[in-house]
Amino acid sequence: MADIWDGMRAAFWLIVQLDADLMEITLRSLHVSLTALLIACLIALPAGTWLAVRRFRFRRAAIATLNAFMGLPPVVVGLIVYLLLSRDGPFGVFGLLFTPTAMIIAQVIIITPLVMSITHQAMRELWSEYHDLLISLNTSRSQRVRTLLWDGRRALLTAALAGFGRAIGEVGAIMIVGGNIDHVTRVLTTAIALETSKGDFALALGLGFVLIGLSLVISFLTHSLSQTERSGRW
Amino acid sequence: MKWLLFLVSLLWACTAYADTLRLAVTTSFENSGLSEVLLPAIRRDTGIDVQLLVVGTGQALRLGRAGDVDAILVHSRAAEEQFVADGFGTHRREIMYNDFVLIGPSSDVAGVAGQPTILKAFQAVADAEATFVSRGDDSGTHRKELSIWAEAGVSSEAFGRWYLEVGSGMGASLNTASGANAYILADRASWLNFSNKGELELLFSGDPALFNQYSFLPVDPARHAHVNHESALLLETWLTGAVASELINGHSISDQKLFVFNALDRPE
Repeated sequence: MADIWDGMRAAFWLIVQLDADLMEITLRSLHVSLTALLIACLIALPAGTWLAVRRFRFRRAAIATLNAFMGLPPVVVGLIVYLLLSRDGPFGVFGLLFTPTAMIIAQVIIITPLVMSITHQAMRELWSEYHDLLISLNTSRSQRVRTLLWDGRRALLTAALAGFGRAIGEVGAIMIVGGNIDHVTRVLTTAIALETSKGDFALALGLGFVLIGLSLVISFLTHSLSQTERSGRW
Repeated sequence: MKWLLFLVSLLWACTAYADTLRLAVTTSFENSGLSEVLLPAIRRDTGIDVQLLVVGTGQALRLGRAGDVDAILVHSRAAEEQFVADGFGTHRREIMYNDFVLIGPSSDVAGVAGQPTILKAFQAVADAEATFVSRGDDSGTHRKELSIWAEAGVSSEAFGRWYLEVGSGMGASLNTASGANAYILADRASWLNFSNKGELELLFSGDPALFNQYSFLPVDPARHAHVNHESALLLETWLTGAVASELINGHSISDQKLFVFNALDRPE
């Protein structure tokens, strides 16, 4: 119990003093996770919607596979990306291993199925509502996808937030491909793992509270910017 | 297609270009706080920005073999000599040594504190079947532990439920030992810097068999043309020089000296 108090105190002082190292790793966490989220959304939102409106032969198998990939073990993704980016691996010439880019690549692979699956679930409901209308208006497939994306934007926000949550709290993959190098690839989660391994639970917990706080701030910001949960709105 | 290009450019924008040197080091080097003393001095004197990858010796050697780092600083002589013999490293240069210590519960159920040698101490742990935490991660410390067990005449088949192989780094293993009130072999630096000691105490140290030699091995540019060999050699010169000697010998935690500089003037 004392450790938890120490952790809260550590978190408080870290934030109040605007600790330079804390700012740096927090910004790097945000940079990596938000970039990964942006790329994942660019892929997953249209693809998930497309999956909802399109009927094809292996649709059921595709959706089942997608849902299974939501639980892709990060540490395995990390290991595979590591082997691909290692100098011995097929993409070794780019020298991307142990850079933030490598961390972004791993996170894109981890969160894209998640965002895509949630998008697909939401869009399937919406499509059953819009189906007759959009068909009768003789819309093209890309028009349908765009209409659904726009009208379902609030559900997509949830999908994006879920993806962000998974990315910012992830440690297994980015530890392997990033290497937790101080001032280069150290982020909040890998710093927590490091401090825990040193037995410095107070600092580790302090960083943990900062991480949780960060998620809260991001969530509140997106909700207030998109003006959800206001009177007169759904 | 347009946004594919955008993605690629976005990824490239995140890649940093700088004159840096990637050095794989063992956890004890980082946990001892020595890296925080040496890295700023290295930067000041040589201009090299050293990026540390803190891993076990096994993984450090693997990183060196793959060419993912420019040099390694590890402590496992046999594996290092193999690394050079296989043509992955140009040579091996001894830098400094520290020592391993046997940590255990303050009640010392196995009675290792009074033993004359580390072999006897390990035998006492095995005889008492006292809980023992092993790194189990193919690190230098793990290899050292296994070699002591072998020399002490305790075969791995004799390990029973009292022998916990956790497969983690030094810190995580110490956390486990602290929770289980178990015996564990640790390097002195990690132990002194470890905060979650609980009931644990340093019970045995000082046997010359516990000395732990650190060596610097540049990765061979003949095998991996992209490695920063020039900076690796520059760093080696610095690490074996007078400034490093002073900083390494002067580094201490709680008034205990951690490392002894023992680099020779020229490579063996």
